[in-house]
Amino acid sequence: MSKTILLVDDDIDFINANKLLLEQAGYRVTAANSEKEALEQLDKEPPDLAIVDLMLQNADGGFNISYQIKKRNPATPVIMVTSVIHDFGFVFDADTDEERSWVKADVVVDKPIRFEQLLGDIKQLLKE
Amino acid sequence: MTETLHVLVVDDEPGMRSGVARALRDYQVTFDQLNGQVAFAVADADTGEKCLERCRSSARPDILLLDYKLPGLSGLEILEEMAGYRPEMLTIMITAYASLETAINATRKGAYDFLAKPFTPDELRHTVRKAAERILLERRAKKLADEKRQLRFEFISIVAHELKAPLAAVEGYLRIIQEHAAGDDPKTYEQMIDRSLLRLQGMRKIILDLLDLTRIESGKVKREPAELDLTAVAKTAVETVLPDASERKITVNLRAPERVTFTADRQEMDIVFNNLLTNAIKYNVDNGKVDVTIEDADDRVVIRVADTGIGMTAEEREKLFQEFVRIRNEKTRSILGSGLGLSILKKIVDLYRGTIEVQSAPNAGTTFTITLPRQENSQPAFPR
Repeated sequence: MSKTILLVDDDIDFINANKLLLEQAGYRVTAANSEKEALEQLDKEPPDLAIVDLMLQNADGGFNISYQIKKRNPATPVIMVTSVIHDFGFVFDADTDEERSWVKADVVVDKPIRFEQLLGDIKQLLKE
Repeated sequence: MTETLHVLVVDDEPGMRSGVARALRDYQVTFDQLNGQVAFAVADADTGEKCLERCRSSARPDILLLDYKLPGLSGLEILEEMAGYRPEMLTIMITAYASLETAINATRKGAYDFLAKPFTPDELRHTVRKAAERILLERRAKKLADEKRQLRFEFISIVAHELKAPLAAVEGYLRIIQEHAAGDDPKTYEQMIDRSLLRLQGMRKIILDLLDLTRIESGKVKREPAELDLTAVAKTAVETVLPDASERKITVNLRAPERVTFTADRQEMDIVFNNLLTNAIKYNVDNGKVDVTIEDADDRVVIRVADTGIGMTAEEREKLFQEFVRIRNEKTRSILGSGLGLSILKKIVDLYRGTIEVQSAPNAGTTFTITLPRQENSQPAFPR
């Protein structure tokens, strides 16, 4: 059975395009474009992996979503997509345990993302 | 707020040290233009070695009163030691006989000023006051430069972010189209092309608005005041939005005197009306209404644009004129905008020393009221 990926982003076009590409790659994709929708979606259908954009309506909405995902199931991998890292000089990553302890994401990738890289991260996190 | 500047007096004569401490103990200076008040805390040292030690520690003084002739290290040697060490520290040399040569020598080595022995407490205070003013000036300038740099950095960051989002979206769609990854229905691809074009249009709008904004902010572009007929400007703006309005069955009414003369830059007035009207359509509901009124009074012109749209909360209203703030909620999700329109509007109205008033409530529409004073009764909007 194909694995389910939850895709959270406030940019509807980003979701449309990436949903399609991920489906092409063989995944089931559920999408949410607000923090509220994402939390509802989480309870309705716990994903095998989540891709969460940091910049939702509330500046740190993405942090909360990944926190909620990990709270429900610490084993669910979270890929955090962000366009703020370089822009805001706000540098964080998820390379060390210390960073993972507060970022609550397994991988942080920068927008615009390279789809091959995203796919590689997904396969690795899902141990495929 | 009173700032305390630390003064270190270095002299081998105890009388000189206590004299300086006494003269500055209760001395306070107010610099009205810098909006600052300064008091002094005096410490002393009797040798050059102790002075150096102190200047290298965290208890560095802001002003150093340095005797030229000291038993061990001389005043000049200390200046040499500290060359380029701490530019924010000002050194005032105390010299027994102020020869031109001494002065030149010490200045070369970085002294800021001189005091010739013997000096009166007033002479001392006068010299210290000058140094204090200089320090305060430098601090203010540095703070201002830091703030400006920070603001600029934040602004550029947000611009980059706002441009990256559509870029990512378009890139995603193009990739799907390239790889023919969305099945065989050509409609799906057409939709993606439509969305891509729409996002590119959004990018273009951001860039054009940015140019408007910098045009206004730079103050370098020549503004051309002319006697305009605001009613005519409003009519043109209404005609511009009419296609979008009728597509959503929104009626636009203009109620204005036949002619309203007002001295202004044509392009700026176009931006004012266009921004107000575009927003009134964008954030309206289908079958809604937009009322544009212009009131002509002796001392001012009042422009009012009222819509029957989705409105906003008081909290959203607070953020309205900030750059790149777009009210984001379920209702505005599909509305495209650069997030710069109203901040441009505000800047223009400020140029005319006018005011903007916003009345709004969720689902009850929004009314923007802009009041522009006539030049004769206010500061000229076009300073020479």
